[in-house]
Amino acid sequence: MTATTQDHAHHEAEPTGLKRWLVTTNHKDIGSMYLLFSLAMFLVGGAMALVIRAELFQPGLQVVDPYFFNQMTTMHALVMIFGAVMPAFTGLANWMIPLMVGAPDMALPRMNNWSFWLLPFGFAVLLSTLFMPGGGPAGGWTMYPPLMLQTGTAFPFVIFAIHVLGISSIMGSINVIATILNMRAPGMTLMKMPLFVWTWLITAYLMIAVMPVLAGAITMLLTDQYFGTTFFSAAGGGDPVLYQHIFWFFGHPEVYILILPAFGIISTIIPAFTRKPLFGYSSMVYATASIAFLSFIVWAHHMFTVGMPLAGQLFFMYATMLIAVPTGVKVFNWVATMWRGAMTFETPMLFALAFVFLFTIGGFSGLMLAIAPADFQYHDTYFVVAHFHYVLVTGAVFAILAAAYYWLPKWTGHMYSERLGQWHFWLSVIFVNVLFFPQHFLGLAGMPRRIPDYSVQFADWNMISSIGGFGFGFAQLIFVWLLYKCIRGGQKAEARAWEGAEGLEWEVPSPAPHHTFDTPPVVR
Amino acid sequence: DLGLINMTRGVTESSRQIYDLHMTIFSITVAIGVLVFGAMFYSIFRHRKARGVKPAKFHHSTAVEIVWTVIPLGILVAMAVPATQTLIDLDDTSESEMTVKVTGYQWFWGYEYMDEDVQFLSRLDVDSDRARRLRSGVEPASVDNYLQNVDKRLVLPVDTKIRFQITAADVIHSWWMPDLGWKKDAIPGFVNETWTRIDEPGVYRGRCAELCGRDHGFMPIVVEAVEKDEFQAWLAEQRGETGATAEAAETDEDEQVGDALASR
Amino acid sequence: MAQAEGGYYVPHGSNWPIIGSVGMTTLVVGIAMYLEGMGIGTWVLGAGALITAWMVIGWFGDVIRESVKGLYSDQVDRSLRWGMIWFIFSEIMFFAAFFGALFYARTLSVPWLSGEDPATSRLLWDSMALNWPTAGPGNAAMDFQPMGPWPLPTINTLILLTSGLTLTVAHHALKEGNRAKLITFMWMTVALGVIFTGFQGYEYYEAYAHLNLRLETGIYGSTFFMLTGFHGMHVVIGTILLLVITLRCMKGHFRPDSHFGFEGAAWYWHFVDVVWLGLYIFVYIL
Ligand code: HEA
Ligand code: HEA
Ligand code: CUA
Ligand SMILES: [Cu+2]
Repeated sequence: MTATTQDHAHHEAEPTGLKRWLVTTNHKDIGSMYLLFSLAMFLVGGAMALVIRAELFQPGLQVVDPYFFNQMTTMHALVMIFGAVMPAFTGLANWMIPLMVGAPDMALPRMNNWSFWLLPFGFAVLLSTLFMPGGGPAGGWTMYPPLMLQTGTAFPFVIFAIHVLGISSIMGSINVIATILNMRAPGMTLMKMPLFVWTWLITAYLMIAVMPVLAGAITMLLTDQYFGTTFFSAAGGGDPVLYQHIFWFFGHPEVYILILPAFGIISTIIPAFTRKPLFGYSSMVYATASIAFLSFIVWAHHMFTVGMPLAGQLFFMYATMLIAVPTGVKVFNWVATMWRGAMTFETPMLFALAFVFLFTIGGFSGLMLAIAPADFQYHDTYFVVAHFHYVLVTGAVFAILAAAYYWLPKWTGHMYSERLGQWHFWLSVIFVNVLFFPQHFLGLAGMPRRIPDYSVQFADWNMISSIGGFGFGFAQLIFVWLLYKCIRGGQKAEARAWEGAEGLEWEVPSPAPHHTFDTPPVVR
Repeated sequence: DLGLINMTRGVTESSRQIYDLHMTIFSITVAIGVLVFGAMFYSIFRHRKARGVKPAKFHHSTAVEIVWTVIPLGILVAMAVPATQTLIDLDDTSESEMTVKVTGYQWFWGYEYMDEDVQFLSRLDVDSDRARRLRSGVEPASVDNYLQNVDKRLVLPVDTKIRFQITAADVIHSWWMPDLGWKKDAIPGFVNETWTRIDEPGVYRGRCAELCGRDHGFMPIVVEAVEKDEFQAWLAEQRGETGATAEAAETDEDEQVGDALASR
Repeated sequence: MAQAEGGYYVPHGSNWPIIGSVGMTTLVVGIAMYLEGMGIGTWVLGAGALITAWMVIGWFGDVIRESVKGLYSDQVDRSLRWGMIWFIFSEIMFFAAFFGALFYARTLSVPWLSGEDPATSRLLWDSMALNWPTAGPGNAAMDFQPMGPWPLPTINTLILLTSGLTLTVAHHALKEGNRAKLITFMWMTVALGVIFTGFQGYEYYEAYAHLNLRLETGIYGSTFFMLTGFHGMHVVIGTILLLVITLRCMKGHFRPDSHFGFEGAAWYWHFVDVVWLGLYIFVYIL
């Protein structure tokens, strides 16, 4: 293949300084902005989580007022999901998809810039609500009415902020779809695409299918509040539960939006460090597609206790359980990839292995939650909180960290400090379990979620969990430090930074030049 | 309490069914986990470059892939059968011997013994309420049953199929009593029905399980299960009070406010 | 950087996206302030709308100029197509949320409230019977008349269907290179769009003035106005798009073999058309 990588002699000078970042259409610049923004949001959302963990350190109210606590819970989740994880994946998509499919850039470069810049603006609005009279939103990230309608001045600002974030995601996904469908290098057939590209394609479809539905749901909230509609009020013939159906029709696919790209990352990294091809490429693709399909018909598993008719409960229980099958296929494929490989354990691989182990634990608890009658006990307890942090933190976030370590040499041209990376990994993996494993116990023993204070029998496990939380949080600062050092300098990275790494992105120099594949490479 | 790590078995047939279901599924996942993680760690220890292995080249096997699609499917079917049975049992409110209407308010519960002319509100007890203020200085452990005590318990007879009709007056709440085995959302404008039959007399504690605003963490539920005759005596006593005492009048008023809210 | 040698056109840095972000944020913040009764809300809102409009005009202007200059290869053209198609798909999903609400109310919540769920109906709503269309059990005193399919909605259906037809004729004319026919039929399409909106406005006037049918008229009013309202909004946007395209046709912008701008607008219009058919059936007839 021929990868043309030299920079063009430019016809016009490209802007520099701040202006460059404001107006850029370059996928690598935009990717970097997404990634840094995501890191910032992760720290903000994490700081909120630490407020939560500080208040829950002991029974009694020591740190914050209950209403503020609820705002923290709500904002923590919104910031982490829409600010940290989704933008991190989009940043990775921006950086890597054009490189992986041999494209000169994203398909719609200007819109790409817009997708990014809406995010800081959207979050500025969202976070500013914390300072408004009556405080920020406190109804949980799920924003159920009628409770959500009791929000103060913040209410419409929250709704519109989410609209803005949603528009950003939709445009980002359209771009990804157009890029993947239209910008592949000659010879790169669909079934030759790297799995990260595949999982992102499917994720992008999920996003354009469900983000508008979320927009619809919160628009109805808005009109119920200000224009006298009664979508969610029984007196007018509506139903508060209707909101939950619409929300979860978005919300469940959303959680797969937060994990499918992670699957792609893991499927890239494990082969690289086992020096062995991925086991079952095509079944990985089909499994991803099946998960995406199933994700549309399981939403009401979040609503087993709302009083659905029996047939509905049964349907949603069965459909949810089915997701274990394609997800299992993935897990088995990863293990089979490791089998008889020649493994080494650099930081990306460590995070990837931890992902396989801990995500699966999160999946198991998910399966337990899917059992409707048992969910009558689990629902809205810390068991659920434990479940989703296993899939989100040790799942999505670990995968993002793995990806960051894996591609940092390509982005910066420097190897990161392996020693710091190992510290970061081991501290993270230990503390994250101290943080979230006891939450299973708390939930089973009867501690509800979204409470600022609890009865004394829950004290010990909460204290342990909080210690884990602070430990995990501060371990992330190692990563920030490592990142800073790696951007500033370090050992020069080779084009193929990892011995076993495969794919077009490793054919271009490190750091990847500003413009790559102006003439498409030919893939055989 | 570090020993507090599992779901309660509870005091009803359904709660035990659910507990068993929970343990079964938990064990199955543990077993699968042992196999999967076993293979993974075996590989991690044996198939490492540091031990000088050369990587194998294989990258798929349709037969194996079919096997590990079909076997999990089978396991899931095996799980679904008891789950379905339990669900069907829980859904059947017919032939209940008495009915209690539960109404969630921000932030307390209202109970009405249908056809018995007894109703009252049940709030967080005063001691907990004082201790739970921000920086109150009161040590929670020093309060008897901190955050799980109410001023007036819901008294219920044992060995009786009791139907619950659950609703709310303002926002969504959820009535949860772990020892009975379920929680059910209280939704304004709608009534959810479910049932229980308590086996053992005793005092059971639960709490609101749906975020309902600032004091969501402070609306506990206490059920006192008593023998049937004791229950009848208790009812009679309550009826005696109703209409006469000031407290009852206040209750009525609250109840009306609640109903007005509920019908909004 | 604009590539010379027929590569993929990657535009230079552009100011429009950041202006768009500022504009859109100002706009929504303005609306939010207005809703919360803050005096300056309207001004903020207005400023936001102006900035956004500036962005839209400027951005599309750039795109049109680039397109006219012939910078867009077939591959760029395909990117734009995929972009438009999936954008329309996302719009469909937005409407799906509101259709979902309508179906839920009609098949689940209203029947539950009016007796299919005995406990709810008896305990909370005095066993009141409700029939669709309804303003809900709490608004029994509300006396309103529903909006039937006859005459305006049916006429409007015909108008939209006809507009789809005229648009297709125009498209064929464009492909045949028949400019006069193209422009005539484009103007007819735009006119039909405007007439539709006019009738829709009149229908709303009727609803408020004579039928006592409002947004506040319970779930019927909610679903009726939100569905038709968002549809109407899309008709207006679609009409503006078509208008711009018509003007561009008159300037001779499109070639018989390459006219994505035209097609994009046409797809959008057909989407609006199809959504209307859904409305006509589920909101007006059934
Ligand atoms: C990345 C995000 C993510 C992912 C991937 C998942 C994955 C799954 N989730 Fe989770 N979930 C959340 C995020 C996620 N979830 C969030 C955020 C919430 C809470 C939202 C809120 O209320 O705020 C939630 C809540 C939630 C609930 C509602 C709980 C409640 O509120 O009462 C349920 C119930 O069914 C559920 C189920 C599942 C299932 C079955 C899976 C499955 O996909 C898991 C499949 C994986 C496995 C099963 C493991 C691997 C498989 C094998 C090794 C094969 C063999 C196994 C068997 C045959 C058992 N989840
Ligand atoms: C991707 C999503 C994501 C991620 C990454 C996390 C990460 C974490 N979450 Fe998250 N969480 C959710 C999604 C997520 N969570 C969701 C959806 C909910 C449900 C909300 C709801 O109920 O509505 C929730 C709820 C939730 C609760 C329950 C709250 C309640 O019910 O009231 C708790 C409690 O422990 C918690 C804790 C944590 C902790 C300790 C982390 C840690 O992993 C965070 C670690 C990171 C840091 C700690 C940052 C490190 C930075 C520093 C230490 C620097 C210090 C600060 C500055 C420089 C300013 N979360
Ligand atoms: Cu009532 Cu939570
Ligand atoms: Cu889900």
